[in-house]
Amino acid sequence: MLAAYSLLEAARVAWMPPDGALRGPIVDRLMFWNLAALCILAVVAHVWIAFAMLRRRPAGKSFPDILRWSLLAGFCVMYVWMALTAQRLWASSRFAGASLTAMQVEVVGEQFQWYFRYPGADEVFGTTRPPLVNAAAGNPLGIDPRDAHGSDDIVSSTLVLPAGREVDMRLRSLDVIHGFFIPGMRIKENTVPGLVLHIHFTPVVTGTYPILCSQVCGMGHARMQARLVVVSPTDFQAWMARRERARAKEQGQ
Amino acid sequence: MGRIFTTDHRALGVLYLYLALAAVAVGTVLSLLMRVHRVWPNAVIPFFGVMKPEDYLALVTMHGTLMIFFVLTTAPQSGFANLVLPEQIGARGMAFPRINAAAFWLTAVAFLVLISAAHITSGGAPISGWTSYPPLSALPAAGPGQGLGMDLWLVSIGVFCIAAWLSAANMLATILGERRAGMTWTRLPMTVWAWLVASILTLLAFAVLLAAVVLLFSDRHFGSSFFIPMGDMINGRVVGHGDGSPLLWLHLFWFFGHPEVYIAVLPGMGLATSLFANFTRRRVAGYRMMAGMLVAIGLLGLAVWGHHMFVSGMNPYAGTAFAMVTMAIAVPSTVEVIGWLATLWGGGLRLQTPMLFALGFLSFFIAGGLTGPLLAQPALDAYLHNTFFVVAHFHLIMAMAGVFSVFAGIYYWFPLITGRMMNETLGKLHFWISLIAAYGTFLPMHFAGLAGEPRHYDRLMGPATSFPSLIPVERGITFSALLLATAQLLFLWNVFSSAHRGRRAEANPWQATTLEWAGGAERGRIERGPYEYELPLSGNGFHPQWETASKEE
Repeated sequence: MLAAYSLLEAARVAWMPPDGALRGPIVDRLMFWNLAALCILAVVAHVWIAFAMLRRRPAGKSFPDILRWSLLAGFCVMYVWMALTAQRLWASSRFAGASLTAMQVEVVGEQFQWYFRYPGADEVFGTTRPPLVNAAAGNPLGIDPRDAHGSDDIVSSTLVLPAGREVDMRLRSLDVIHGFFIPGMRIKENTVPGLVLHIHFTPVVTGTYPILCSQVCGMGHARMQARLVVVSPTDFQAWMARRERARAKEQGQ
Repeated sequence: MGRIFTTDHRALGVLYLYLALAAVAVGTVLSLLMRVHRVWPNAVIPFFGVMKPEDYLALVTMHGTLMIFFVLTTAPQSGFANLVLPEQIGARGMAFPRINAAAFWLTAVAFLVLISAAHITSGGAPISGWTSYPPLSALPAAGPGQGLGMDLWLVSIGVFCIAAWLSAANMLATILGERRAGMTWTRLPMTVWAWLVASILTLLAFAVLLAAVVLLFSDRHFGSSFFIPMGDMINGRVVGHGDGSPLLWLHLFWFFGHPEVYIAVLPGMGLATSLFANFTRRRVAGYRMMAGMLVAIGLLGLAVWGHHMFVSGMNPYAGTAFAMVTMAIAVPSTVEVIGWLATLWGGGLRLQTPMLFALGFLSFFIAGGLTGPLLAQPALDAYLHNTFFVVAHFHLIMAMAGVFSVFAGIYYWFPLITGRMMNETLGKLHFWISLIAAYGTFLPMHFAGLAGEPRHYDRLMGPATSFPSLIPVERGITFSALLLATAQLLFLWNVFSSAHRGRRAEANPWQATTLEWAGGAERGRIERGPYEYELPLSGNGFHPQWETASKEE
């Protein structure tokens, strides 16, 4: 009864959260077909076992070898199908970098906070140096004031992206390994201290999506969450202009 | 004293099982605390009060470490092999009895050190999970429990590595050198094949883990920087002065971690093969193939560690290579499952408790194994990695399959150790409740994972997200887990009452063919295969390995 209850409740949740990325439907379709095939096989195998358990009078003949080999061949075909379809998706999303016109955003993980940095009008991120990191003084990423490229960088705790434009995310971590996970974009990659990693995707559906930390990073791991807000390109322009005005005011003081 | 500091392999086997029992009892209680906390996060829990996030992570870490090292590595491999391996190959004893005994005592020491990490240190147990990724595990300032608690964890695992190594070296030497005349490779019971492969994996994998643990300890105390990158900051202080790489730890750890999974589950595969033959009264269909595939799984298992690292920052081309090798492992695993299903096909099973648990093992092996090829695909794993889907996967294929094979072994070999049978009614009740409760616990986790719920979260609510639709699911999982744990009291009662008052077992109560049931009868040359059962239609005949071939023909 308990088991049936928990399964029924589980079936009500049933699926991944709504997808908002360009490639999302491909992931979802692959996930569905893989799970469907595997579920059917699991059920068939269990019917087989139940049948064997209920069959009181043993059969005289053993299971024919030719059937064993055919079953194995069938499974191998399935494995090859799974590997090929999934590898095509992996190759197209990870083997090549983002297009050269993609928007650049840097993600920085820190116990227990995500920061998002936009390069500003010059489209170049300013140099950062760990000793300069000082969140209380308004420089959580340690942007070096001597580097002019950094003077127009914008740091945000919310990831705001325009719909329909590819984004090239540059992943870093200041302290320990974190996991940058946006379920709604079907995207996950660790942020590793000492490494700069890139992933790219194209958000297409406007809305708000949770960003989670998926790699245990310390006592605040579960609350290391942020929001991705996908807005229309014009709204994005307006948001960016607001942020730039705010920064200019700050620097003017 | 003599009974405790023994070099008798069978007594050591029993000691290993007691140690695993202690570890599994603690590990289960920890998991129940986690489950209760997830559903009632504000409940006051004994010893904890209202649980803090770091308490939850400490529970996760200790649960994983206890279960993987001290239960799933010790019981099926060292425990059962010590009980019956020398008899099964017709040896007079282990090749190195003292090394063997030393291995047990080192394991016990490692266990005590690990438990002390949780109790005597001010910061409590480490919080970085059983995988202990640096820099979190390398820097005491990175979190509570990462100071002395983490040091004790490293010492415990280091000692455990040495113990596992000694135990495996002895086992390998015994299998290679102590077989009785006539005990050829094709006459070995499948359990021995499994212990052989698992011993080789232990030697290779634990050596690398020991090296990794020593390097991490050195980073913590001797100022080296194997795993800490330049400029790394903790709490606003720059601590990274060398040029280390956290990814190096991931490679070393998973080079151990993946074979470790096979060390845990291969003995169960061997035992299930033996039990299916015995309780169907059939020969193993395709013995050479089944044995060869165990070896193939072990060898391929050494080359797939990267599938734990698809989203770790590893080169995506490496992800493709590791995905292909991982897919290749599905093939020998499928051969094994088809072999078992083919043996069962004709029906007429003797559904006694050991057989039921072997069937339960098969059920979990299939249910948990089938999601393997799915998770082996980096494109899909990039969504599922570190979600509850993975938790469901490895709890079915490793934890539940592993534990059910241990139960099968205990019900099966109990008469050999105690001279008495375990109670069948209690055993069957134990089986069915455990099976249903285990599925009730772990199947729904697939859905939580698909919904995107990450591991290591102590609450379902957060600043940006909440999983309200998952709360009823979580509640069902918790109730099932409580039922699963409670059902084990039936087993404990059965073990201890049957040991004193159980029905006296006749010699060879399961009409088995392998040598541990010979009762020391004959010590001649082995002339029989391990599974010479006749089909039940032609009478219930069987030819144990201690019979000479000429007697019958």
